[in-house]
Amino acid sequence: MKFTATWTIALRALRRNPLRTGLTMLGIIIGVAAVIAMVAIGTGAKAEVAASIEQKGQNMVMVISRAARSGRVHLGGDSGVALTKQDYDAIRQEVAGLAGATPEVRASAQVAAGNQNVNTTIYGVSEEYPAVRAWRLERGSHFTETDIRGAAKVAVLGQSVATNLFGGGNPVGQMIRIQHAPYEVIGVLRAKGANMMGRDQDDLVLVPWTSAMVRLTGETSFRSISVQAESAERIPEVVEQITTLLRQRHRIPEGREDDFLIRNMQDMLEMATSTAQTMTILLGAIAGVSLLVGGIGIMNIMLVSVTERTREIGVRMAVGARSADILLQFLVEAVVLSVGGGLFGIGLGYGTAHLVSAKFGWNTLVSLDSVALAFLFSAVIGIFFGFYPARKAAGLDPIEALRYE
Amino acid sequence: MTCPPVIRLEALDKVYQTGEVAVHAVRGVALTVEKGEFAAVMGPSGSGKSTLMNLIGCLDRPTGGRYWLDGEEVGALTKSELSRVRNQRLGFVFQGFNLLARTSALENVELPLLYSPHGHRARELRRRSREALERVGLADRAGHQPSQLSGGQQQRVAIARALVNEPALLLADEPTGNLDTRTSIEIMAIFQELNRKGMTILMVTHEPDIARYCRREIVMRDGRIVTDRPVADRLEAADELAKWRGTAMEERA
Repeated sequence: MKFTATWTIALRALRRNPLRTGLTMLGIIIGVAAVIAMVAIGTGAKAEVAASIEQKGQNMVMVISRAARSGRVHLGGDSGVALTKQDYDAIRQEVAGLAGATPEVRASAQVAAGNQNVNTTIYGVSEEYPAVRAWRLERGSHFTETDIRGAAKVAVLGQSVATNLFGGGNPVGQMIRIQHAPYEVIGVLRAKGANMMGRDQDDLVLVPWTSAMVRLTGETSFRSISVQAESAERIPEVVEQITTLLRQRHRIPEGREDDFLIRNMQDMLEMATSTAQTMTILLGAIAGVSLLVGGIGIMNIMLVSVTERTREIGVRMAVGARSADILLQFLVEAVVLSVGGGLFGIGLGYGTAHLVSAKFGWNTLVSLDSVALAFLFSAVIGIFFGFYPARKAAGLDPIEALRYE
Repeated sequence: MTCPPVIRLEALDKVYQTGEVAVHAVRGVALTVEKGEFAAVMGPSGSGKSTLMNLIGCLDRPTGGRYWLDGEEVGALTKSELSRVRNQRLGFVFQGFNLLARTSALENVELPLLYSPHGHRARELRRRSREALERVGLADRAGHQPSQLSGGQQQRVAIARALVNEPALLLADEPTGNLDTRTSIEIMAIFQELNRKGMTILMVTHEPDIARYCRREIVMRDGRIVTDRPVADRLEAADELAKWRGTAMEERA
């Protein structure tokens, strides 16, 4: 018997019961769609994480004080020396290969304008903050070195704060009050959206770090210092210099650990993407289970169908079908069900990923790998789960099959 | 040149081993059916006629004796070779028609061609199936599904399916068992017509009226052939149908 004849036979058999064919396919359709959509969401999240870390600033190196506090809790294990203004100045002056630097102090505060007021986070930063963090202004300008030196009462608003306080109006040139002290708004940052943890990154106000320390926190040390290396190649060199400098300044003897942490974006990127990768695999695995269940559905239906079609099998054998022909027919039927379901599933998964993007604003990415994998897997499932019922059908005795009621 | 007999059985045996008990379904049957014969196999249930038909139909293998079909000894063939013999040399007609549901008459008739080792082109399949349907007078019903056809028409589709591979022997197992008298005679008319054109037919029936349309009558009992004789008072299906038509006209008048 020719190959095309097997296909004709199997396709005709499937066509005879479109409802059953459709329902059997549904299991695979849902399984494949789930795999595609889940992996798309995971891959999208990974890309988003990478993008959001990159948008924190290219070639950025962050020095975090181990003595930094979160509220009243020491974050560092031992009572390390905080990052001081002198440390900051020393880094700026002595480390070669820097494109910019900014310290960071933070305070929660109430900010008011007219009769509107919001609770937000005040960041005390330097004039180089927009460059280091790769965060441009939408309107107005950032504060200058003069503002820093003079602890000027000027502020740059995050997009959310600007909207909450001024609605659609232009805040530049307006006055706001931070803890009852008046500040002039000189700029508005571009919108950045939520970060990967879901926190609104635009809910902040930038002020000169000098102003923040004097008027808001009353502290004398920084939470962190961010610097920008001139290029990615210079990052290790910059890290090395800062480490040596700070160990010297903090008088850390040989053999003792640093009392500060240095994070560069390259490391964070790798860490975060590997986390996202784990999540993708997890999501894909869960979806894979549903694909497996779909495969078992095929086996179930094929087994029922072998019993139900016993007479048909008998007739086929009487008119000359060999056991191998019957085996092949049922196998092809199973593969058509699974591969057909796989194709529809790819479409549905693609659609679902797009819908999730549109509805929730999540970044999704349908990777060719996941499509190929899901398709291949569904074909393998068809062969695997189709084989047992097919063998059962092929093993029937024609006389008994013909007599079967 | 003399044609070999279509069926030649020598001391054919079939023993079923069910647990401790051995059932002798067919005991040393010898039978020769020449080309162009039309024979009825009769007998009470349990007489072994169904088993004999299964053996002749190559659906089952004998436990003893020898069997030549159309000159070829088939007793020793493998399962797969038997499939080919069924496909190429035998046509089956069943009591319950056994057509594939939700499948057009044409595609039902095509079925044996799909399993043919020759591998026909789609157009060739269609042409031969249509020809077979024409031979049973159903060319105009090619697109109909079994559920849209009467019992007699379904059986004619089944006969077309049996004929499509030009078999040497047509085997019919109670072909009129599910049909009313009038339709039964119509089916017998088709068989007689096929036989007149040279088709060898072996038919199992338990209705003596139906057996009278055949040329030869074989009666079995307890696995043996007890009677084997020509049909004496043979009926012509065409005449009988004419009588039916006559009665119907009288009734209307």
